[in-house]
Amino acid sequence: MYRLQLLAARSLIAGALDQFTPLTLTSSLTGVRHKSQGPSVEKYGQMRFSTAEAKVSAGRLDGKMREKSLTMDTLNPQVKAVEYAVRGPIVIKAGEIERCLEEGGTKPFSEVIKANIGDAHAMGQQPITFLRQVVALCTFPELIDSPSFPEDAKWRARRILQGCGGYSLGSYSASQGIEYIRKDIAAFIEQRDGVPSNWENIYLTTGASDGIMTILRLLVSGKDSSRTGVMIPIPQYPLYSAAISEMDAVQVNYYLDEDNCWALDINELYRAYQAAKQHCQPRVICIINPGNPTGQVQSKKCIEEVLHFAYEENLFVMSDEVYQENVYAPDCQFHSFKKVLYEMGPEYFNSVELASFHSTSKGYTGECGFRGGYMEVINMDSEVKIQLVKLLSVRLCPPLAGQAAMDVIVNPPQPDEPSFKQFHQEKSSVLGALAEKAKLTEQILNAVPGIKCNPVQGAMYAFPRIFIPPKAVEEAKALGMQPDMLYCLRLLEEKGICVVPGSGFGQKDGTYHFRMTILPSTEKLKVLLGKVRDFHISFLKEYSALE
Amino acid sequence: MSENGCEHRERVLTMDTMNPNIKRVEYAVRGPIVQRAVQIERELKMGVNKPFTEVIKANIGDCHAMGQKPITFFRQVLALCSYPDLLEDSKFPEDAKSRARRILQACGGESLGAYSTSQGIEMIRQDVARYIERRDGGIACDPDNIYLSTGASGAIVTMLKLLVSGEGMSRTGVMISIPQYPLYSAALAELAAVQISYYLDEDNCWSLDINELRRALQEAKKHCSPRALCIINPGNPTGQVQSRQCIEDVIRFAATENLFLMSDEVYQDNVYADGCKFHSFKKVLFEMGPEYSEKVELASFHSTSKCYMGECGFRGGYMEVVNLDPEVKIQLTKLVSVRLCPPVPGQALLDVVVNPPQPDEPSYDTFIKERTETLATLAEKANMTQEILNQVPGIKCNPVQGAMYSFPRLNLPPKAILEAKEKGQSPDMFYCMKLLEETGICLVPGSGFGQRDGTYHFRMTILPSKEKLKIVLAKIKEFHQHFTDQYS
Repeated sequence: MYRLQLLAARSLIAGALDQFTPLTLTSSLTGVRHKSQGPSVEKYGQMRFSTAEAKVSAGRLDGKMREKSLTMDTLNPQVKAVEYAVRGPIVIKAGEIERCLEEGGTKPFSEVIKANIGDAHAMGQQPITFLRQVVALCTFPELIDSPSFPEDAKWRARRILQGCGGYSLGSYSASQGIEYIRKDIAAFIEQRDGVPSNWENIYLTTGASDGIMTILRLLVSGKDSSRTGVMIPIPQYPLYSAAISEMDAVQVNYYLDEDNCWALDINELYRAYQAAKQHCQPRVICIINPGNPTGQVQSKKCIEEVLHFAYEENLFVMSDEVYQENVYAPDCQFHSFKKVLYEMGPEYFNSVELASFHSTSKGYTGECGFRGGYMEVINMDSEVKIQLVKLLSVRLCPPLAGQAAMDVIVNPPQPDEPSFKQFHQEKSSVLGALAEKAKLTEQILNAVPGIKCNPVQGAMYAFPRIFIPPKAVEEAKALGMQPDMLYCLRLLEEKGICVVPGSGFGQKDGTYHFRMTILPSTEKLKVLLGKVRDFHISFLKEYSALE
Repeated sequence: MSENGCEHRERVLTMDTMNPNIKRVEYAVRGPIVQRAVQIERELKMGVNKPFTEVIKANIGDCHAMGQKPITFFRQVLALCSYPDLLEDSKFPEDAKSRARRILQACGGESLGAYSTSQGIEMIRQDVARYIERRDGGIACDPDNIYLSTGASGAIVTMLKLLVSGEGMSRTGVMISIPQYPLYSAALAELAAVQISYYLDEDNCWSLDINELRRALQEAKKHCSPRALCIINPGNPTGQVQSRQCIEDVIRFAATENLFLMSDEVYQDNVYADGCKFHSFKKVLFEMGPEYSEKVELASFHSTSKCYMGECGFRGGYMEVVNLDPEVKIQLTKLVSVRLCPPVPGQALLDVVVNPPQPDEPSYDTFIKERTETLATLAEKANMTQEILNQVPGIKCNPVQGAMYSFPRLNLPPKAILEAKEKGQSPDMFYCMKLLEETGICLVPGSGFGQRDGTYHFRMTILPSKEKLKIVLAKIKEFHQHFTDQYS
């Protein structure tokens, strides 16, 4: 109990606990909190809700407290069930520590390094000049007369504006996106895959997230044992689990093989599918390739197996390919599901329903803030397609600046154009640095006793397995916390490093991980990895001494 | 096995297996008539002969597509933010540069390409709060209550998502005006919530009648649990501007009946009629005293898409929530975090909208000139639309006090109604389809917004240029007379 109180007394961890109270707090834990540090929870609450809280208590004093119409009891229960670790309690806590530092508070570190989210520009990656030139020209077309912009950027901007109502980025586009841009995307896919792509199958989206949610929304139906089951990898990117919770669909987990570099094992797919069939109707399989958070790049053979499985079991395939440009391992290559499907012959490509997703946020551009993206949908029932367009139309259209950014990505400067050299140089330098950092991360982490990290073949993350001593596991459990959450909170508190616990992505029971991005600059990444090493060693020591 | 192998595998996703709630979604503003309009445009391009040379789209409040010019200052700031090298360019005014620098400083890595926090950039939320305080005569606004959104639509759907719960009799009911903007009915259909219709009073300039609210609520209580009340002010598609008295009545009603208020105020700068003034629900709520301001839960919505800026494509917007339960607020933040963040260029645009050039700044004169011109032209067109439509026998149009639409009532001959019904079309859809085929004018039938049984309307925007609007109105006049003759 002494250890528990000591730990609970850390205002930081108590605060973070409070944040996810609605999700995981058990009643026994509530008891612990009240006993050991009631006042500090109270204080924390007031700090967080200064104004709202004050109003509520004023209402109570007057005796006029009206029951609210929207409370935790009346809230949509599916919303309550949603979890999204990438921006969860640990990140909220990191924000608070940052503010504390800004206000002159003292911590054992001078800055918080956020390695929780694939936010390239925030980590100092520079935008691709050409892309920004085109967007600026589209935004303020007077610049088209300026001699300081290259002709190839002007040409693209003019073309995009011609696709916009009233030649303005301020008009709505068609709900599927600007027609020109859809055609450019189809051409890009054809060039990438060497197989045909029909522009009418292309839908621009508000980031890839929006496309993924939209397709899932179409697919969810039925009740009880006929309710739609969605197969997702574990570990997964938590957008999937969040969307499944929100839509009240059934999450069907298939586990990636950590011992085999996070490869997808077809037998595991069969196992998960058979098990799920007892209580729901599995209708979709989601794949993330290259993997998030796991960084593996799928082999062509594995993709064939997945497609064959989907064909046999009649599953809709959703292929999240937002990291397609982010492949670092020399023996790996990105293969799109679309291409492999076509190469498997007409029996497959005329029947398997497939939606593939891409985005402006990753790759070498890292333009997350523009919320650009697209999906290509193949073999969708023509009537359902009409429903899809209708559904998209309610939200009017994806942001046009994001559509413009997407257009530049699929239609970059060509060797005979004036911007080619600079573009090519910027692109190679971003991808080269990422490859270097992927390697560096893997190497340094693997040198730490009790940490084991698979190679970062692609994407932007390392997802190392961490050994957590039994005493620490016990302590976390007593706090109603996942052991890797405890680990990450202490890493944040003691070293100022913000990473996301593996439990937010899902992992095999009894294993613990964290996800960190490889995005900080090489210098900063070295500092970060050094701090992780120091922390891990002292964490092991501290808890092993208690055995 | 068949030649291409198709027959072996049934599709996973068909009309029978898809989400049934989505099947029930309808969104007339981009519905069948608009799809036909796009087809006709293609036919014209391919040289097909038509009794007109261009399609005029008056179906959607898409200002720039109708030729309205962007506000120069806004676009300068956005261009500077997109491509910061331009900060060295002497052609850009200093006030635009200082705004751009300030926005970039608030972005991760000083880039529009970084994700913002899910609630939106904090500095911009503070600017929005100060803007609301100025607008509402000093009533306090807490930046923590501001959530930036992807257009107003994003926020409205999010709030509704929070509110929907229960099964059967306890399923959430949401009161919406009829006629309404179909985002509401579409969202309710998708969420499988219960739509509770309250009818606006057409004979009284589409005003909101509190007795009608009571009637609708009492009836709904028999089969669902009414928990929210949505108001659109100024009205879409109906163009009325609510009086202060009426807003007070609505707030009192919501307080008594324990309803969550959702106030859609995206047309707040679009008020044209003499004697009409925009009052925000937030301001009236706080002027009614702590008995109300400390308890009524309110979410108000605004956007960059309407008013004088008309920047629809940037998908910028915000909502302010008042008296939201603190725990629910955490849930709201969690829910919006799954979508990461609203588009950052839209956030930047919103920042300049709430923080425009001041009298002592170099861009002030141009900015005021552009804004005044746009709003004055809209006022003129609102008036013109109403006048010309009211001259047509069989068309009756309420004054367009605000917003961007006219929603006239049509007197349709019984024979036309019969023919429409035989075709399985609502009579005003039949009318609008014919109008499109014969004149190239694209409007949205009243049935897409809801209307009293046996009445027929269409919604048209007042956005085409004055010259074009005159043509549109003259063509409608001619068409209506011809249509009436034909079916009488």
